[in-house]
Amino acid sequence: MNKVVANSNEAIEGVKDGMTLMLGGFGLCGIPENCIGSLVKKGTTNLTCISNNAGVDDFGLGLLLQQRQIKKMISSYVGENDEFERQMLSGELEVDLIPQGSLAERCRAGGAGIPAFYTPAGFGTEVAEGKEIREFNGKPHILESALTADFAIVKAWKGDRFGNLVFKGTARNFNPVMAMAGKITIAEVEELVEPGELNPNQIHTPGIFVQRIFQGVDYEKRIEQRTVRSKN
Amino acid sequence: MLDKVGIAKRIAQELQDGWYVNLGIGIPTLVANYIPQGINVEFQSENGLLGMGAFPYDGEEDADLINAGKQTVTLLPGASLFDSATSFAMIRGQHVQLTVLGAMEVAENGDIANWKIPGRMVKGMGGAMDLVASAENIIVAMMHTNKKGESKILSKCTLPLTGVGCVKKVVTNLAVLEIINGVFHLIERAPGVSVEEIQNATEGNLVVEGEIPEMQLD
Repeated sequence: MNKVVANSNEAIEGVKDGMTLMLGGFGLCGIPENCIGSLVKKGTTNLTCISNNAGVDDFGLGLLLQQRQIKKMISSYVGENDEFERQMLSGELEVDLIPQGSLAERCRAGGAGIPAFYTPAGFGTEVAEGKEIREFNGKPHILESALTADFAIVKAWKGDRFGNLVFKGTARNFNPVMAMAGKITIAEVEELVEPGELNPNQIHTPGIFVQRIFQGVDYEKRIEQRTVRSKN
Repeated sequence: MLDKVGIAKRIAQELQDGWYVNLGIGIPTLVANYIPQGINVEFQSENGLLGMGAFPYDGEEDADLINAGKQTVTLLPGASLFDSATSFAMIRGQHVQLTVLGAMEVAENGDIANWKIPGRMVKGMGGAMDLVASAENIIVAMMHTNKKGESKILSKCTLPLTGVGCVKKVVTNLAVLEIINGVFHLIERAPGVSVEEIQNATEGNLVVEGEIPEMQLD
């Protein structure tokens, strides 16, 4: 079994105009930088992107927004991107904002073969509009549907030829649940190793969820809010 | 009147030993700096970490280790890392004992609005809707009035809601309020603030019973 592709250009082969993509990451942490770069280069348009955030103006998904490659965003928080806010308020960009926990669970459900689930999040708000309401244990819940994608693109720390993945720190975030929900899941990793090198007890995403994998290059790993204290 | 730090200090007094606590962005984040002596709590950050420590030393920051406000952080001994679905299982499943978050408006029925100003500002709800819908214990940290001096403590929220009937306690720059049976009750005054000032700054129904003590902050 060998799922290895040469690079991000090869990894995104088959991504076409109008497709739905999931992209892992929280803010700029754990985003698939290489594949985003290749999507920008390829110029694919009319994309629906499912991602917790929309990057910043000049990094992450912000690069796709700048080139108007995204038709619709499905996210939970988009506060750090002025271009995003401009496109949304002017109506150029369709946006579906959904609670972060519902977004994560909708991806997980999509990958797990659960078509929908009830959650209390968003009851009584805009999010509940048009959705079925049902009471459990005396508390109202709303029905949320599962999400899947033509391609899920995730970023991991280490991975092997079988597609097994290990994440580092909080760069894990949405990556494991999105990896489960792609018809084709692409994993870009900082270090690609041989099967057997990763400890099976410590694999976060089993390779069955991953179809393509490659070792990425030149990770910038930009920090959005660098907060430090001085040693004195 | 309190500043943001004062609000954080007052909220920190609510922490109880052994609690798992989720702090929102802004004033709530400051609460971590004023944990009372002898109290051990663990901070949960909804992007996937339990056991969040202080900001890193200059030069030791790690792009792969941030909090929900996208700030670089550190891990304490005993910390754990997990994915977003697991993180919200902790929140929805009521494994987190206290949620502290900011608000643009709070109403006397416990409604809260903090994610959208139609036509002007749309940042998104992030994890706030999941947090307020499930947490048993929510404290809102906010300024009592907006920049124009208009009350943000209302009889009814005017902005799109984040959650309904969920807020029980509010700590502002002027007062500690509790919501009991659909009305605000004045519990404490900020240092140097009179009951009348609080009443004037509160648009919602406010019950004032007996002598109202002043907050005790160090």
